[in-house]
Formats: sequence, C-alpha cells, structure tokens
Amino acid sequence: MNLEPVIQNLVFGLFVGGLYGIAAVGLSLAFGVQKVLNVAHGSLIMLGGYVSFWIFTWYGIDPFLAIFITAPLLFAFGVALHLGLFRFVTRLGEEDRIKNSLLISFGLTLILENVAIKLWTADERAVTTSYAGDGLTIEGIAFPYTRVASLIVAAICVFALYAFLNRTFAGKAIRATSEDWEAASLMGINVQRTYVIAFAIGTALAGIAGALVSVSYLIAPGIGLTWTLKALVVVVLAGMGSILGAFAAGILLGLAEALSIYLVGAAYREVVGLVLFVLVLLVRPQGLFGRR
Amino acid sequence: MLATGRLLERGEYQRWIRLARPAIVGLLIAPTLLVPQFTDRRDTLNLLFLVYLYVSMAQSWNILAGYAGQINLGHAAFFGVGAWATRGLWTDESVPFLVAFFLGGLAAMLFALVFGLITFRLRGVYFAIGTLALAEAMRITVANLLPNIETLPGPTIARYDLEPRYYLALGLMLFVSATVWLLPRTRISLGILAVREDEAAAEACGVNPLLHKLVALALSSFFAGLAGGTFAYYHVSYYPSFTFSPVWTFDAVLATFIGGIGTLAGPIVGGTFFIWVRERLAVSLVDVHQIIFGSLFILVVLLLPGGLVEGWHRVHRLALRLLSRTKEG
Repeated sequence: MNLEPVIQNLVFGLFVGGLYGIAAVGLSLAFGVQKVLNVAHGSLIMLGGYVSFWIFTWYGIDPFLAIFITAPLLFAFGVALHLGLFRFVTRLGEEDRIKNSLLISFGLTLILENVAIKLWTADERAVTTSYAGDGLTIEGIAFPYTRVASLIVAAICVFALYAFLNRTFAGKAIRATSEDWEAASLMGINVQRTYVIAFAIGTALAGIAGALVSVSYLIAPGIGLTWTLKALVVVVLAGMGSILGAFAAGILLGLAEALSIYLVGAAYREVVGLVLFVLVLLVRPQGLFGRR
Repeated sequence: MLATGRLLERGEYQRWIRLARPAIVGLLIAPTLLVPQFTDRRDTLNLLFLVYLYVSMAQSWNILAGYAGQINLGHAAFFGVGAWATRGLWTDESVPFLVAFFLGGLAAMLFALVFGLITFRLRGVYFAIGTLALAEAMRITVANLLPNIETLPGPTIARYDLEPRYYLALGLMLFVSATVWLLPRTRISLGILAVREDEAAAEACGVNPLLHKLVALALSSFFAGLAGGTFAYYHVSYYPSFTFSPVWTFDAVLATFIGGIGTLAGPIVGGTFFIWVRERLAVSLVDVHQIIFGSLFILVVLLLPGGLVEGWHRVHRLALRLLSRTKEG
C-alpha cells in the first residue's frame, strides 16, 4: 500500500485539527470560568471570518496581519455581548446559568446568521492571498504555507493564553474565579470584571479562529452550527475548562476525521466526530484530559 | 357599574370563566373545521396547514421539554423518521395512507426509545448537545444514503387534493393538544413533573426517572413522527435529508418558548404567532423573521420565562386589579 496519500491526509488532518483546537479553547474558557455555554461561538467564528475577509478585500491587508484588527474588534464585541446579554445569566445558579446561556446564545446564533445573510448574502467566500497555492513539498508531502502558518498562529495563541492564565495576575484571577467565584470575590477579585475579560478573550479567540478559517477554508453565514458542534465535540473530548487539553483534543479530532476516511468513507467524516462525541460523553463524562 | 362589580367578585368571576371555557374552546375550534367549506383559496389552506403543523411540532416538543424538563435538540430526527416511514410505506409499499401514517408515528417512537436509552444517560445541558449531535449525525447519514429528491408518483399527484391534507393537520393538532390537556390529569404525569423539578428527589421518593422520561419521550416522538407523516403526505417533492434538518427542532423550540413552555396554550399561541409573523414578513423581507424571533426568544428567556401566555396572565391580573380598584373608589 502506498503510504503517501495516507500521510498527506494525516497532515491535512493535523492542520484542520489546529483550527478545531483554537475554536474549542475559546468556548472552553467561557464555559470553564463563568459556566456560560455559548453555542453562538461558531457564529462568532463566522463573524471573525467575515471581518478578516472584508479587511483583505477592501484594504488588501494580509489576513494574518489582520488578526491584530480582527481580534480586538471581536474582543470589543465580546465585552458588549457580555454586558448586554450574558451578564444577566451570571446571577443564576450553575444549572440555570448553563441552560439559559445555551438558550440565549441559540437566539444569538439566529440573529448573527441572518444579519450576516442580510449584509453579505449567503454566498460562500474565502480569502485568496497571493501565496494561496504555494507551499513546501517534503518527500512528496505538501505543506501549504497558509495552513502551516494557521497552525503556528493557533499554537502561539493557545500557549500565550496558557501563559497568561498561569503567569499574570489577571490570568490567575480568572482561574481563581473559575474554581470558586465566592472565595475569589472574598479575596478581593472583581468577579464581574473577570467574567467580562474571560468571555471577551473567548470571542477574540473565535475571531482569530475565523480569520484562520477564511484563509484555508470557506466562510458563509451558515457555518456557525458546524463550527459550534466541532468546538463542543472537542471541549467534551478534552474535558471542560482544560485549555491545553482542548487544543490537543482538537488536533486529535482532526487526525481522527482524516483517518476515518479510510474506515467509513469521506461522506461520513462529519459523522465520526459526532458519534465519538456521544460515546465519550457516555463513557467518560469528565473528558479525556479532564480531572474529576 | 353594579353588574360589572358583582361579576368581579373573585369567586363569581372565576366560576363564570370556568363555565365559559368549553364554549370558548368550541367557538375557537368550530370555524377551523368549516374553513374548507367556505373557501378553496389555496393560500389560506396552505397557511393554516403550516400553522397546524407547527403547533403540532411545538406541542410535541413541549411534552418532553415543558413537562419532563428535558431540552431535546434532536427532535427533527423523529420528524424525519416519521416522514420517511410514512412516505415509504404509502408510496412504495402501497399501504393505505392512514395505516402508513400511524406506523410512521410508531416508527418514530421506536427510534426514539433507542435514542432515549442512549441520550438519557446524559444530564441537563449534556443531554441537549448530545441529542443535537446525534440528530446531526442522522441528517448527514440520511443525506448520504438518500441523496435524491423524493417525489410523489404521477397518479397520486394527479389526484392531489388540499382538503384531506388540511383536515389531517388539523386533526393532528387537536389530537396532540387533547393529549397535552389530558396529561396533567393522569397519575404518570405526577412522576414526570417530579423528575422535571428535581430528579434526585424524585428518585428518592421511588419515582423511576428513566422510565418517566422515556414515557414523555415516547409521547413526544410519536406526535413528532405523525407530524413528519403529515409533511410527507402534504409535500409533493422534498429531499429526505430536509426532514432531518435542525430547523424543525429550532422552530419548535422558538414557537414553544415564545408562546410559553410547559403550558397547553403556549405552543398553540407560539406556533400560530410564528407562522403568522413569518408569512407576513416573507413577502417583503426575506429572513428578517429569524432575526425577530431570535431577539424575541432572548427577551422571553431573560425577562418573561412564561412566554406570551405568561404575559397575557400578567395583563389579565393587572386589568382585574385596576377594575376592582375603580369599583371600590
């Protein structure tokens, strides 16, 4: 058997897995810190993708550089979303908080998706840079520049977030709040401000994920649900609130999907992740990398 | 003044309402039975058909979500299975339609029981996303297995008549609503409500949560399957994967929440409101209805968890209080 296409497939699985990872990290952060399950995360990725697409189309700014515009914009949007909507659910008990945030963000998904259709039509779009088709070829295996760069950017962001959470005061405040918000508030941490920051970092990560998606894949108003499901699958695989675990699980899902082509055929690639997800939920509800 | 004043004596007023209720319900249902006798305008009949179908879907979703407290985001799968089984038996196996229709509901129920045995191991929000994931897996599988558009055979199209479709959907809506009306009057509903309020406490009292959730799911999926069968009877051609689309779930969720979850009237009000607004807006502004429903939905979740029905009760109480105050003054 010729191994070259298999390895090529796995390499592409690795690249898409990096995107699943960064998509999931943002979702995981909001869920871990304030127990807000934001199913509009995929729609925020879509939004980030459009922002980066328009910046490229209007001003010709390279999508990788545009991240420095996309991420702050989505950060600001996240602050607005939290203050306008999700702030109200953080007053509830944990179970109602999760349920109501799920419902609210479901409504938000509908709004974002249809506003996007209104503004930018339902057409599929992608950013085509001048170096879009180029890449390295090693031993017959292709490494397109855009995808390699996406993986590197995703990894940098995730490790930067990890360092932020472990090394800085604000990051430690976020972690303390996620463990026990009452104790954290007794220690003088402003819990509501911590929630805003954590949520907005999550949406900024969605913006970065969207920018990376727009370079190598397609964006359209309807991609939100697909990306939300991917991110949820990865978060559950990794265990809620585990940042590095979410990134690793994202790559794992990308590789699993790539391998599944040989087991069940390309048409069922999407099904594999979903079934895997339900199985993990049933067998190991705390996730593969989670602790009880 | 005196007459209204006496009418507003608390007990008196409520007795009047109680006596008048069957008459009001009768007055609401009677015209719907007669519509096809007075008009053969297809747009009117089609619109009412959609209202009945959506109310049925919302009501069936409400059984599991509103009464058993399980937010099932895989409801579309039951609709799809019902549509698939009904259409297959009716057109391919030439089973008489009503038999195929009933079997379609049963097929959806059987599927749902397997579905429930897996997903009811998940709690709360994990149940919600687990059901969504399984239903999406179903939709993709169906899209792969049955990629071709499904069309009624020529002779059936030639005999196509809107009237029986209208009555089927109307009958289904009345059937589901009657079931939901009867539900709180049964013993098993006490167990179902107990599971909704506190699963652990219910179990401690000797209520089997899984059993009661499965009963609610069986009812819910049976009616969703019948709604799918109604769709399969009504639509000349459609892609089988369309009946598995999450839109069927989401629309039912929206209609139920906006109307009022966990009430009999909620899905009826919500489903009617949903279709009415959607069709109103479809003429001029495509897709704006989803923005409106999304916003309304968020407002309901945040400010008015009882939906439009709760809003009506609040207005009603306020009006009563104001009236009785003017009487005193």
